[in-house]
Amino acid sequence: MANNSNPGKPRTLYEKIWDAHVVETREDGTSLIFIDRHLVHEVTSPQAFESLRMAGRKVRRPDLTLAVPDHNLPTTARLDADGKRIPIADAQSAAQLAALEANAPAFGIRYIDASAAEQGIVHVVGPEQGFSLPGSTIVCGDSHTAAHGGVGALAFGIGTSEVEHVLATQTLQLKRSKTLEVVVDGALGIGVTPKDLILHIIGEIGTAGGTGYVIEYRGKVFEEMSIEGRLTVCNMSIEAGARAGLVAPDEKTFAYLAGRPLAPKGADWDAALAWWRSLPSDPGALFDKSVRIDAGDIQPTVTWGTSPEDVVPIGGKVPDPASFADPSKQAAAAKSLDYMGLTPGQLLSEVPVENIFIGSCTNSRIEDLRSAAHVLRGRHKADTVKWAIVVPGSGLVKMQAEEEGLDKIFTDAGFEWREPGCSACLGMNPDKVPPGERCASTSNRNFVGRQGPGARTHLMSPAMAAAAAVAGHLTDVRDLPT
Amino acid sequence: MNRVSTISGRAIPFGRKNVDTDVIIAAEWLKTISREGLGEGAFASIRAEPGNIFDEPAFAGAPILIAGDNFGCGSSREHAAWALLDMGITAVIAPGFSDIFASNAFKNGILSVTLPQEQIDRLMEVAQTDPITVDLETQTVTTPFQDRFTFEIDPFRKTCLTEGLDEIGLTLARDEAIGTYETRQAAQMPWLAKGIAA
Repeated sequence: MANNSNPGKPRTLYEKIWDAHVVETREDGTSLIFIDRHLVHEVTSPQAFESLRMAGRKVRRPDLTLAVPDHNLPTTARLDADGKRIPIADAQSAAQLAALEANAPAFGIRYIDASAAEQGIVHVVGPEQGFSLPGSTIVCGDSHTAAHGGVGALAFGIGTSEVEHVLATQTLQLKRSKTLEVVVDGALGIGVTPKDLILHIIGEIGTAGGTGYVIEYRGKVFEEMSIEGRLTVCNMSIEAGARAGLVAPDEKTFAYLAGRPLAPKGADWDAALAWWRSLPSDPGALFDKSVRIDAGDIQPTVTWGTSPEDVVPIGGKVPDPASFADPSKQAAAAKSLDYMGLTPGQLLSEVPVENIFIGSCTNSRIEDLRSAAHVLRGRHKADTVKWAIVVPGSGLVKMQAEEEGLDKIFTDAGFEWREPGCSACLGMNPDKVPPGERCASTSNRNFVGRQGPGARTHLMSPAMAAAAAVAGHLTDVRDLPT
Repeated sequence: MNRVSTISGRAIPFGRKNVDTDVIIAAEWLKTISREGLGEGAFASIRAEPGNIFDEPAFAGAPILIAGDNFGCGSSREHAAWALLDMGITAVIAPGFSDIFASNAFKNGILSVTLPQEQIDRLMEVAQTDPITVDLETQTVTTPFQDRFTFEIDPFRKTCLTEGLDEIGLTLARDEAIGTYETRQAAQMPWLAKGIAA
C-alpha cells in the first residue's frame, strides 16, 4: 500500500502510515482513513453500541476489535475463595461492566474477562498481546491511546460518536495533522526516566503546544529507550495537546513484539517486518515544527500545579504566579496553588504526601514496577504516608512481578498489591485520594479533582513516587543512599 | 444530528484557559450508560466556588459559552459535549480547542467557534449584559453593538451541521470504497487484514 501521492518526496513516519490507510480523499481535503485495530472499554462504548442497535447497524470488522474492561473495575480481589466472581458494589459501575460483557458477544467482538490473566488497562494490553503493531492505525475511546505510538503505530483517542463510527464502518473521516518533531539528543542521567523526560517535554511545549499536530519523538534518547519507556512517553503526548505521538519502529520494537499472542506469525511476520523496516521517516523529510531538547538538562521532574505543563525539577521551588509573563497564566497559577495548598517559593522537596499511587496506563508495566521496587527494597514507607498502592497494568504484568518477588518488596514496604485496572488515575472506581490530601502519583493528569474531588496530585516517575513513600515527602530519588 | 443554523442568546462569560474535560464533567459521572442528564454534573468543581458564573440567574439556560484557550483539553470523554448540551449550550467560543473535544462537539451539533483573543475579550465584555448571536451560514458572531467577527469552519463540518447529516450514514454509503481498500489490504498487508478472528 505504497499509496504515495508524490513519489520520491521524502516522507515522515506519520505520512507513510497515513498514506497507507487512505480509503479515499474528498475535494475538501477530508480523508476516509481505515482503522486496523480498535480497543473498546466499558466507559466510552455503551452509548455507541446502543446507537448501533437502535439504527440496526452491525460491527463491520469485529475481527479488528478487542474489548477489555479497565476504568471502573475495583482493584480489590475479583474472585472469592471458590473462584466465583465478587460482584461490584457500585450499581452503576456494575451496569457498565455488564453492558460491555453483553455487547461484545452480541456484536461478535473478542472480550477479555475482568478475571482473566490477560485483563488489564487497554493501553497495556494492546502492546502486550501484540494487538498493537507498527504502522497500524489504532483507536480507542480514550485519549491515552497515544501510548501505542511507542511501537510505531498511529494511535489516537476518539469520542463515543467516533467509536460508533469505527464500529460501523472501520474508518474515520479525518484531516491530515501537522507534524511536530521532538528531538532529544544526549543521554538521560542516572535516576532520570522516560516519565521525567515526557514531563519535561510537556513543560517545554505547553499543554496546547501540540494541538493539531502528531508528534514524532526522535533522537538518540528514544533510539536507546526501551519499548516500555517509549510507551510511557507517547502515552502523554495528549498532555501536550497532540492527539498522537510516535517513535519509529526498530529492531527493539520487533524483538518486543515477536511471539506475542496476537502478533503476526510465519510468512506474515516476515512480510510485516519488511514493511515495518521501511517506515522510519526518510532523510530530508520535513516536519511542520521542530523542538530540540538536550537530555542532559533533564532532572527528575514533578508537577506543582493542576495542568501537566506545570512542571519543575525536584530541586526547584513552587513558582510565584507573578513570575509568569501571561496575565491569564498568572491567574491560573494562583488558582492552582490555592487548590494545591502550596505557597510560592516553597521547596518541592519539602512538600509532604499522604498517598502514593504507582500504576496507570503511563507507568504500570514491568519495568515501572521494577524501578519502584528497586527503590523500595529493604525500605518502608514513612508512617505519615497513609495509603500506598501498586496497581499492575495487567494480570500478566502482575504475574511477572510476582515471579520476580516484586510484590513481596512492595508489601514489605507497606504498599497494597492490587488487581489490574485504571485505579486511582481517574477517580471513577473505589481508588480515590481523599479531599485536601496529596498524592505522589505515576499517572498522567494532575487536573482539579482528577484523583477524586479535592485531591491534590503530583505527577512523577515510579522511582520518584517510591522515594516519596519512603521519605513521606517529595524527594530526589538520587538522594536516597543506594 | 440536529440541524444548526443561528444560535442567539446570553453567553456565559467564563473565559478560563485550559479547561479540561475532567472539569467539564468529572469521572464519577462517566458511569452512566446514557447520554442524558449530565448537565447536573457539569462544571461541578467550579460550581462549588461561591459566586461562580454558572449559577448566576442571568445565565440560566444560556445557549453560548465563552471560554479561554485550549478548551476541552485532556480526556476524550464525549460526556463533556453531552453535559454542555444538557445544560442547553449549543455553541462554545474560544481562542482554541483541543482536537478531540472539537470533534466530539461537532458530532453532537455543538458549534465550536475559534476567534482571536482580542475578539474573545470584547465578547466577554458584551456578554456581561447583552446577548450574542452566532450564525453558521454567514460564519459570523455578532453583538447588538455592531461587532461582527467572522470565523472559519471546515466545509465538510459546516455541511453536516447545516443539513443535520448522519456522518455514519454518509460513510456507510462509501461501502464499496471501503471494501476495495479491504481487498487491497488483504493482498498487500495480510498480517493486518487477518485481524484477531477467534
